[in-house]
Amino acid sequence: MAGQQPVGAEPTAETILAELSGFFATATAGHTPGPDEDYFALGLVNSLLALELVAYVERRYGIEVGVEDLDLDNFRTMNRVAGFVLRKRSAGIR
Amino acid sequence: MTTVDSAAFADSVRPDAAGWDARGAVPAEVVKAVAHAGFLAADLPAAAGGAGLGPAALGELCADFGGVCSSLRALVTVQGMVAAAVHRWGTAGQQAHWLPALARGEVLAGFAATEPGAGSDLSAVTTSAVPEAGRVRVRGRKLWVTFGQVADVFLVLAACAGRPVAVLVEAGRPGTAVEPVRGQLGMRAARLAHVRFDDVTVPAENLLAPPGFGLSHVVATALDHGRFTVAWGCVGLAETCLRTAAGHAADRVQGGTRLADHQAVRALLGRSLADVTAARGLCARAAALRENGDPEAVAGTVLAKYVAANNAAAVADRAGQVLGAAGCAEDSPVGRFFRDAKVMRIIEGADEVAEQQLGEYALRWRP
Repeated sequence: MAGQQPVGAEPTAETILAELSGFFATATAGHTPGPDEDYFALGLVNSLLALELVAYVERRYGIEVGVEDLDLDNFRTMNRVAGFVLRKRSAGIR
Repeated sequence: MTTVDSAAFADSVRPDAAGWDARGAVPAEVVKAVAHAGFLAADLPAAAGGAGLGPAALGELCADFGGVCSSLRALVTVQGMVAAAVHRWGTAGQQAHWLPALARGEVLAGFAATEPGAGSDLSAVTTSAVPEAGRVRVRGRKLWVTFGQVADVFLVLAACAGRPVAVLVEAGRPGTAVEPVRGQLGMRAARLAHVRFDDVTVPAENLLAPPGFGLSHVVATALDHGRFTVAWGCVGLAETCLRTAAGHAADRVQGGTRLADHQAVRALLGRSLADVTAARGLCARAAALRENGDPEAVAGTVLAKYVAANNAAAVADRAGQVLGAAGCAEDSPVGRFFRDAKVMRIIEGADEVAEQQLGEYALRWRP
């Protein structure tokens, strides 16, 4: 899958969203959710893909997802993930 | 690092494995020896009490154990599953409380997910975990808990107001009842049990991760780890079967002709060599993906486990054909591995479930 190497330049919300769209497009064989669509509610994400998504954002954006981050509000949509990633990076938790 | 070489340890108990299988138990002193040598939760970092083994080294350990006794490998698997879940999704307090004890083997863990109405579909669990006044009340029945007869704590998948939760329930809590399972097809020495939780209450801090994440993250992490160690155990199992079959074929002479000089026997051995090599290669690939934190590690582990389990079953089956009656004897390792290998195609994701998952991954190949 594309974009699995750590990101180089400081990512913006737009670039993260574009990359997440690519992630979901590949992972769901084209059933890419909209930026604010809840892909859990849509049934697009099983437990294997949920783990893969965690590993993807950790590796791609150099953050660590801990138990304190396990809040559906961080993960249920691509826009929320993008916001979460930016918050984690600005907090310096790499 | 662990203090003892896992291959040497496995070799030292190899003569005992058939007896464990016949009596239905890896003896308690062997469990203690495994723990004392540092083989439990050995991939935990040293700070958490583990030996800091990387995925490849953990895999070799599981291959060493799996090549001697699937139940011994299962001990490493289940302890590793629960430790991985706590390490990944436990709070700092939970990690400090559980991980060193799991690594030292002072606490033996059971993984309690399957139920009468939920197996491959774990979202269907009906065991309930209800919060009440700083505690959680657990009620339900779990099946096929590996080392459940001797586990000190169970990682229980339950439902809380319709949301999946993972909760650690100590075996000594009132209301916990353990029913030993004996005589199952394979992994006979793995002290299996069915476990009933009859309004067992545990402190709220025994909940792992917030409600809603018990299956998709906590149990999924445990199962992912379990698939990885089972896969490597299958490599060891298959390699032992191939070694045994090759030895028998090379040494047994009938009417002046070695078994190995029959083309049909050579073909069996050749196919098994291909299977063993493919399984090891996919397991090594999964280890490398995990080492790198690669998102594809989840898929790579499903693939490795699926192929390794199937190849182990095929190699054990062919070894039985080569050994003939000798492979059917009561104490035959090949016969035991044949039974165990069947179980490998079911646990931590049955073949047919894995095929669905792999089919999803295959769709990523679309141009």
